[in-house]
Amino acid sequence: MALHTEHRAPIESGCPDGLQYMHPVMRKHYGNWAYHEDPRPGVLVHVAKNGDKIWTVRAGTQRILDLFTLRKLCEIGDQYGDGYVRFTLRSNIEYMVADEAKVEPLIKALEDAGFVVGGTKNSVTMISHTQGWLHCDIPGTDASGVVKAMMDELYEEFKSWNMPNRVHITTSCCQINCGGQGDIAINVQHTKPPKINHDLVANVCERPSVVARCPVAAIRPALVNGKPSLEVDEKKCICCGACYPPCPPMQINDAEHTKLAIWVGGNHSNARGRPTFHKLVAAGIPNNPPRWPEATAIVKRILEVYKEDAKDWERINDWIERIGWPRFFEKTGLPFTKYHINNWLGARRTLNASTHIRF
Amino acid sequence: MANKHYETPMLDELEKGPWPSFISGIKRLRDQHPDDRIKGVANSLLGQLEHSYETRKGYWKGGTVSVFGYGSGIIPRFSEVGHAFPESKEFHTLRVQPPAGNYYTTDMLRQLAESWEKWGSGLITFHGQTGNIMFIGTDTDNTQHFFDEINEYGWDLGGAGPCVRTGMSCVGAARCEQSCLDEMRVHRTLLNNFTDDVHRPALPYKFKFKVSGCANDCMNSIERSDFAIIGTWRDDMKVDQEAVKEYVAKKGRDYILDNVVNRCPTNALALREDDTLEVNNRDCVRCMHCLNVMPKALSPGDDKGATILIGGKRTLKIGDLMGTVIVPFMKLDTDEDYERLVELAEEVIDFWAENGLEHERCGEMIERIGLANFLEGIGVEVDPNMVVEPRNISYVRMDGWDEEAEKWFKRKAEEKAAAAAG
Repeated sequence: MALHTEHRAPIESGCPDGLQYMHPVMRKHYGNWAYHEDPRPGVLVHVAKNGDKIWTVRAGTQRILDLFTLRKLCEIGDQYGDGYVRFTLRSNIEYMVADEAKVEPLIKALEDAGFVVGGTKNSVTMISHTQGWLHCDIPGTDASGVVKAMMDELYEEFKSWNMPNRVHITTSCCQINCGGQGDIAINVQHTKPPKINHDLVANVCERPSVVARCPVAAIRPALVNGKPSLEVDEKKCICCGACYPPCPPMQINDAEHTKLAIWVGGNHSNARGRPTFHKLVAAGIPNNPPRWPEATAIVKRILEVYKEDAKDWERINDWIERIGWPRFFEKTGLPFTKYHINNWLGARRTLNASTHIRF
Repeated sequence: MANKHYETPMLDELEKGPWPSFISGIKRLRDQHPDDRIKGVANSLLGQLEHSYETRKGYWKGGTVSVFGYGSGIIPRFSEVGHAFPESKEFHTLRVQPPAGNYYTTDMLRQLAESWEKWGSGLITFHGQTGNIMFIGTDTDNTQHFFDEINEYGWDLGGAGPCVRTGMSCVGAARCEQSCLDEMRVHRTLLNNFTDDVHRPALPYKFKFKVSGCANDCMNSIERSDFAIIGTWRDDMKVDQEAVKEYVAKKGRDYILDNVVNRCPTNALALREDDTLEVNNRDCVRCMHCLNVMPKALSPGDDKGATILIGGKRTLKIGDLMGTVIVPFMKLDTDEDYERLVELAEEVIDFWAENGLEHERCGEMIERIGLANFLEGIGVEVDPNMVVEPRNISYVRMDGWDEEAEKWFKRKAEEKAAAAAG
């Protein structure tokens, strides 16, 4: 019981009430908004049913904020805003102000401090991403670095409305894909089975759990050099890396063979069609720090064709549904390979069982 | 300072270009922060990160770290190369639950920054992919100190491991005209009912709640959560015909035909010769597209509520799954409505906790046992809104047909009677 007297018991308060941190105009009109307009990229104005207005200025940041940057963002909010902010799903910061006259000085202050105002409507908004080498225990790449290098190239697209519809890009540092579905997703793709350190497996890994974790039942218990370990049937192995988190001696990451793959057409919204998963378009892309130029080049190529070819309001999935996959590969110049043909559960639904062919 | 700076030629490349650089931020902590501890941690972190960039490998390992009384909420990180980069050899992250809707005052952000300056590395992310505030990087002792400090002024840890995870909700009713829900109330009612399951992992695997106020689903809840609550409405959408005419006048008839009428997934819209819009509300599936294009003219109806989908998740283990409709429509106005929502969530979590395999998400369990068995387990009746189309294969034993059909007719009669009475 000694421990109990030494430690403070936690207050299990759970999720805090957002109202206490909310702009008073938003509090006042909670549930009573009439419509919104988009005066310029990065700015929204929402109009309440009684005519009151609230302006929002959205800005992109480096997402991993140091204290200096966080305080700078606060300082801008105090000096040029009303002291109320929120963060979007994609880690953009939003400043809410009740006075239109504050909008331009706020934008200027943000831009002068190096932040990027934009990310609304049909722009390429901030890439949502995972932790990478900075903090994750299983990463094949550094999503933060990939994103920084890519956003440098997509900077103007963040700040403008050049796209047919909004573009949500995601990245993930392993095939679990914590970054989620995206119009374009840049994700790690391993290409070789794990390398096993048999000296460590017995002590570090709960072997039945590791066996159960494999999506294709390619792992089985084995005695290796007289030690209880695990072995992988390399003909069955799909190199997904699912065994690595529960068993770190099954190293899946490899300086050469861990690659990047690019997927397109993921869309969470129910607008027009039902939500869709992203589909593979390119793989074998080198995991090439510090700036990953090969991956960025492909993303830019896809975006250029989309921008040129898609009609208003078509997300990438809508656009490809209209033009068809053969034309997508033709227009982007990406190769179509046997790896694009799905062979996972339910794959037959993805095959063309019709004469619908575009010529 | 005692340590000289690690060389970081590769990371230095990430200081170039117009987008804000997280490397420059970490360097500011290393070079300009008054506290030698923070300087040292930042220097050491940069050293290890550069090493990762050179070798293309990560060097963090998990472990067991928690705060007193909880089994969850800390992501422990111990460096495998701690001998070379000792000042960041323990670099744990605290996952802290944000307010529903992610609202902050600058005062509160400063207060959190001060606490983190005292006990941590000085690196923070708003927010991680599950939705937590990520206080990135501190050692085991300071994990407890930091938590004790911020817990006193209203902040609690989120989930990590096989437990109910931190929830997410969109900006919603606070600013968005398309909101059909009180997202913050839904979010907090659910999460704070399961506080024990957030802090003490004892479930088969993770379980996520996400709340979106409309079908645009800005929280990606169908695809990223086990339990998605999405706002919708049952009565007719509202059409301000004068505002429709203004859109037509401004954009032209062709634009409205191409981008509104012809993009309706169920052909439920028609633009009349007098530039008014006709809506077939029986065919409309509340997809939100036309409201997105003409927010000034079109709005959700008044009879609002939620659709609930269960079983969404990412790739591990059987592949990506979208959530499935379990409740096509549920009112969320009264305290009793919210109690019903909580009861449903409890039924789902209890059944899954009982029947899910280790490391099996709720959606994977449904895939394994079949939706009909899951519905029976949680006490929810079948509904044609749960499927895109009925079964297309005869290989099923159907000798219970008469009873099931009888159930359906009985239920429909009861619903009709209730509607007539109400």
